[in-house]
Amino acid sequence: MAKGVKVRVWGDYALFTRPEMKVERCSYDVITPSAARGILEAIYWHPGMRWVIDRIYVKKPIQFTSVRRNEVKSKILASNVLPVYNGKPEQLCISSKAEIVQRASLLLRNVEYVIEAHFEMTEKANESDNPGKFKDIIMRRLRKGECFHTPYFGCREFPVKFCLCEEEEVLTAYENEDERDLGFMLYDMDYSDRNNIQPMFFRAIMKKGIIDVQNCEVVR
Amino acid sequence: MSEVIKNRYEFVVLFDVENGNPNGDPDAGNMPRIDPETGFGLVTDVCLKRKIRNYVETVKEDEAGYGIYIREDVPLNRSDNKAYEYLGVDDKTVKELKKKDPEADIKIRDFMCRNFYDIRTFGAVMTTFVKASLNCGQVRGPVQLGFARSIDPIISQEVTITRVAITTEKDAENKSTEMGRKNIVPYALYRAEGYISANLARKVTGFSEDDLELLWEAIINMFEHDHSAARGKMAVRELIVFKHSKELGDCPAYRLFDAIEVRRKDEVVYPRKYQDYVVDIHEEMIPDTVEMQRKI
Repeated sequence: MAKGVKVRVWGDYALFTRPEMKVERCSYDVITPSAARGILEAIYWHPGMRWVIDRIYVKKPIQFTSVRRNEVKSKILASNVLPVYNGKPEQLCISSKAEIVQRASLLLRNVEYVIEAHFEMTEKANESDNPGKFKDIIMRRLRKGECFHTPYFGCREFPVKFCLCEEEEVLTAYENEDERDLGFMLYDMDYSDRNNIQPMFFRAIMKKGIIDVQNCEVVR
Repeated sequence: MSEVIKNRYEFVVLFDVENGNPNGDPDAGNMPRIDPETGFGLVTDVCLKRKIRNYVETVKEDEAGYGIYIREDVPLNRSDNKAYEYLGVDDKTVKELKKKDPEADIKIRDFMCRNFYDIRTFGAVMTTFVKASLNCGQVRGPVQLGFARSIDPIISQEVTITRVAITTEKDAENKSTEMGRKNIVPYALYRAEGYISANLARKVTGFSEDDLELLWEAIINMFEHDHSAARGKMAVRELIVFKHSKELGDCPAYRLFDAIEVRRKDEVVYPRKYQDYVVDIHEEMIPDTVEMQRKI
């Protein structure tokens, strides 16, 4: 597969938030295809290409831990910034004392995956762009550890270590388990209509530690 | 303003605590955070970011361009200003503005980045005028921190204390002291790792060389202005910075982090001071193009 690539990613913690439990965040059992795409995009992305995730290999047993943190509950309001932007002498800030909330997160710990993916060209590619060029850049970045920004497992506090996966046969932590049904998981967001971004889900079934998303049925 | 940073950086911070609680766990009655399976101590990324914000706030005192958006305390005159705010703009004028100026979101984002050091550094989530434009309002800052973890498993010790001042009058009739509890770690050395992306600095927030110097200064001094009864004695012992020669970096981050080995001296069973540890830097693992700086 000329446009295909296998990337080994690992880290101490991960949090792939379930959309139904996002206040007190709770992670999915494994990485979602959209988080995997985000990791690859952090390493290399260009408007002329699009990442498609093919398989996810789960290389470490699924383990959870929990962390509760003080968080703020509000965001910066554009409408509050505007008067200051227009020259009003105001103080802008969020007070963490007034806006405090304590939220628990159920995290995955000690994770390792191999992401098998390929890219497709899009109509935004320049004339000089071609799959060979993109592939060369990707391989160089993976070999040398270059990245646009450090990729992360779901949240930025859980950095991803990555390298090119050169093994032909990838061993997983669940070699002996024929099949495990992980239920419905987020596949990705559908950005085709910018004003109405929709989530897409799929039925994640892990066979011998491998989740194959190539021909999965996507539900909206 | 100096120039936007041009190099990718990674850094390792070693800090220690003596008879204090570096980061309480709200789930465990404010005991120090411990990884329940391994016994290693944890300090969250947000805890360290708070210290960096506080330091910058203390040092810069709202100097132009160095505001701190997420504050612990609100300046007193804020309530007056709030009234102002309501008079200033209502929903209607905002919509009109949006029609007149489609770039308003980006302008506001840049305005916030220019004025607030913490947004320029760590990023922020802002609401925008366009509904469902998921990524316009999200600013990812160049600086990314992971959880800090202790080098060895930690022991949390509960210290019971008494006080002679009784809170309520009713209690005062019956007893003369009240008991309280403190949780301390006798000693622990923690290691935190961080990343700085020059791309995000250049394309989004404009995090500059001066900002970077201030960040190093803030990390080195983050505990110096944060003393309290709970913290005990905390200090940053080592700040090791890796400067890549390129914007994208020269080698994987984990190779650089692996090059720094922190270990307890063989003869020490119960570490109680920084001198019980050795920091080995395996220079042969660091490529020549990466410049290593020990900031303290």
